[in-house]
Amino acid sequence: MHRILRKEDLTPSVHLLEIEAPAIARKAKAGQFVMVRLDEAGERIPLTLADWAPQAGSITLVFLEVGRETNMLAKLCAGDYLTDVAGPLGQPTHIEKFGTVVCVGGGVGVAAIAPIARSMNEAGNRVVSIMGARSSNLLFWEDRLKSVSHEFIVITDDGSHGRHGVVTQPLKEVLERAPGPDRVIAIGPAVMMKFCALTARPFSVKTIVSLNPIMVDGTGMCGSCRVSVAGQTRFACLDGPDFDAQDVDWDLLLNRLRTYADKEKQALEMWRRQCASAPAREGESSGHAQG
Amino acid sequence: MPRVDTHREPMPKLEPSARRETFEEVAVGYEQATAEHEASRCILCPRQPCVGGCPVGVDIPQFVKALREKDMPAAVRILKSKNSLPGICGRVCPQESQCERQCVIGKLGAPIAIGRLERYVADWEMAHGPVAAAAPTSSQPSGKRVAVVGSGPAGLTASADLAKSGHQVTIFESLHTPGGVLAYGIPEFRLPQRIVKTEVEYVCSLGVEMRLNWVVGKTITIDEILSDGYQAVFLGTGAGLPQFLNLPGENYGGIYSSNEFLTRINLMKAYLFPSYRTPINIGQVVAVIGGGNVAMDSARCALRSGAREVYLVYRRSRTEMPAREEEIENALEEGVIFKLLTNPRKFLGNDQGQVTGMECVEMELGEPDQSGRRRPVVKPGSEFVMKVDTVVVAVGTTPHPLVPSTTPGLTVSAHGTIAADEGSGQTTRPAVWAGGDATTGSATVISAMGAGRRAAAAIDHYLRKGTGG
Ligand SMILES: Cc1cc2nc3c(=O)[nH]c(=O)nc-3n(C[C@H](O)[C@H](O)[C@H](O)COP(=O)(O)OP(=O)(O)OC[C@H]3O[C@@H](n4cnc5c(N)ncnc54)[C@H](O)[C@@H]3O)c2cc1C
Ligand SMILES: Cc1cc2nc3c(=O)[nH]c(=O)nc-3n(C[C@H](O)[C@H](O)[C@H](O)COP(=O)(O)OP(=O)(O)OC[C@H]3O[C@@H](n4cnc5c(N)ncnc54)[C@H](O)[C@@H]3O)c2cc1C
Ligand code: FES
Repeated sequence: MHRILRKEDLTPSVHLLEIEAPAIARKAKAGQFVMVRLDEAGERIPLTLADWAPQAGSITLVFLEVGRETNMLAKLCAGDYLTDVAGPLGQPTHIEKFGTVVCVGGGVGVAAIAPIARSMNEAGNRVVSIMGARSSNLLFWEDRLKSVSHEFIVITDDGSHGRHGVVTQPLKEVLERAPGPDRVIAIGPAVMMKFCALTARPFSVKTIVSLNPIMVDGTGMCGSCRVSVAGQTRFACLDGPDFDAQDVDWDLLLNRLRTYADKEKQALEMWRRQCASAPAREGESSGHAQG
Repeated sequence: MPRVDTHREPMPKLEPSARRETFEEVAVGYEQATAEHEASRCILCPRQPCVGGCPVGVDIPQFVKALREKDMPAAVRILKSKNSLPGICGRVCPQESQCERQCVIGKLGAPIAIGRLERYVADWEMAHGPVAAAAPTSSQPSGKRVAVVGSGPAGLTASADLAKSGHQVTIFESLHTPGGVLAYGIPEFRLPQRIVKTEVEYVCSLGVEMRLNWVVGKTITIDEILSDGYQAVFLGTGAGLPQFLNLPGENYGGIYSSNEFLTRINLMKAYLFPSYRTPINIGQVVAVIGGGNVAMDSARCALRSGAREVYLVYRRSRTEMPAREEEIENALEEGVIFKLLTNPRKFLGNDQGQVTGMECVEMELGEPDQSGRRRPVVKPGSEFVMKVDTVVVAVGTTPHPLVPSTTPGLTVSAHGTIAADEGSGQTTRPAVWAGGDATTGSATVISAMGAGRRAAAAIDHYLRKGTGG
């Protein structure tokens, strides 16, 4: 059982949980993730380590409400417990002094890119961060990302904050500079990562993405997370989640992500009905902490 | 000399027609009278060849004798002094090729149903409450700590033996539920989870600490365990890495490894979706590829989860099937359709990337290969397409690379198995032992337990020698 030490609502649909997990905090590295199971009946879902504090023995997870598990997670408050948290899993992101590194974070992917940008900065790189969201009310951690970047660009689809447009536009501009960047890392929805890969292709700069296929165990024993990279089947939980963006079979990833769409919809609707008929839990609305 | 009774008490089972609707246990178990009658057939022969056939050396004639003398607590104690997991073994061991194969009565008729009696004794204890444990060989704490990696039958047996010898044992298990294959692989209708839970609790009651969600190689490494106050390590990490066929289209949605399929169903209880929240897609027509026990389990799970037709696709003939005869019969009784001498070539999918069909070829048997089985060869021009909604690939697993790749000095074979001495389980890394599927590749529950027992003895010897005791 892992106690929730702190909860913060970063946006109305993106939440942060700081969780007691000393063993994981001790070993965590940027780019790794944990498997979380909320309760006895829960799914095991992967969430990236957004931060960790070895001294305090805690890890920080940031998630977007998309389906039933993440909606249920969003209901928890400080003092509640998660039944299972396992990790840190996956290969850490390759951190090295490359020169100039572009870190692209889209949507909830900002939480995953933040520790990578920090590590790249600490390794002596010049960090250019590009952060994007559909709208200003979905943006979070702007200051945090800015503080570890030498150059920082924020962009929204609707222009409500920062530049108007999508992350591939500033990415292209940065790539066109001379000299260009030495590495690009893009984390966000699969479609965004696919387009970042396409944008970077003509510049032949190494572009890394963090793939998010459906997982079960997260330790390499089932193959649910298989992806095709450079024509080879790989297990994202074991060999990844980072892969060379130019080698990824994006259509396969997007198709596999849709495998349970009908069931997920059914589960979410059932859960919403249950919530509507159940009385609200005491203290639930006071879960908002200062950002 | 008493007349020998060669008639074996049959195992009562659920009707095949009723089984498709339920994950309830198929084999119902003996009643007291049938158990006692079956036990009375044993002639208590002095040579007791059955004991030699048991990889953990259960004192079979003695527990059978206690059973027929109605001294159940004694039967429990005798059984458990050698086997910490009798309810599990009584259900899943291939007794026909072990203890029962050695039975003297077997030469004249049906051997004593040792496995069913073992199960009866274990179930009796579960129904009547725990019998005081057999006296540990050494109740004196040794002050030594041992780490056991993996809570499958190998790890559980090693832990129980080491705890009984007075060592302080911690199990590190990567999943959220202990038991290894017993928890995630073998389905509820063959091995109910409450049995696994009770027997795991028994092992913990000996003083073993269970740390779940500890992925060794990630959460902690063997080096860190050894520098963290543990004097010895036992690796019982199993053979959990799924193999695929490497055929075109194998990554379409709806194609599962048997590990994923069984894990979703057994460990995550996807058959109870949406109350249990892990989904699984089981369409109208399911094809399971393979001919072993894992394939049988997958096919029978698919039938119980709502498939209309379940095909078992195997490239050789029924004679070559590695599955236990009993499991083959159960699958056939329940309506699994065998497509023998058939091999998939490629998978077909729709524009959503979900599997819709399987292109297959027919096979015929040629010359025997290295394993002595006749090699299947493709019948020219026999291509055909099977329409399927779900595919389960059950063609084997190999040991997981995580622990070897993070443990300097640990040697693995070409097949990925951890190199270990067959007798003691000692690996190439000092203070580290290994056993079970991790060293042999996929085998059996009882062989893993035997390896756990032998390694525990070697570790005990090592630790005592270390103190000069
Ligand atoms: C390595 C990795 C790291 C991730 N890190 C984060 C993170 O830091 N923050 C975050 O918000 N999300 C993250 N995700 C995605 C997150 O796991 C899914 O959003 C979550 O599982 C959805 O569960 P649900 O029940 O709420 O939604 P569902 O209704 O089950 O599904 C919604 C969508 O999420 C995806 N999904 C469903 N189940 C899983 C699963 N078991 N594993 C992966 N994806 C699934 C599917 O594509 C589905 O369409 C990560 C995924 C991976 C693989
Ligand atoms: C579907 C199926 C049906 C079977 N049916 C039968 C049967 O009827 N009869 C029979 O005798 N045998 C059967 N077998 C085979 C039998 O289950 C195995 O031979 C046996 O379980 C092996 O035991 P083990 O302890 O070596 O490994 P496992 O049971 O595989 O246990 C290994 C454990 O180690 C854990 N682990 C692995 N890596 C790590 C790590 N890095 N850190 C922490 N923990 C780790 C795993 O999560 C797992 O819990 C079956 C197997 C399967 C898959
Ligand atoms: S999630 Fe099971 S192998 Fe990757």
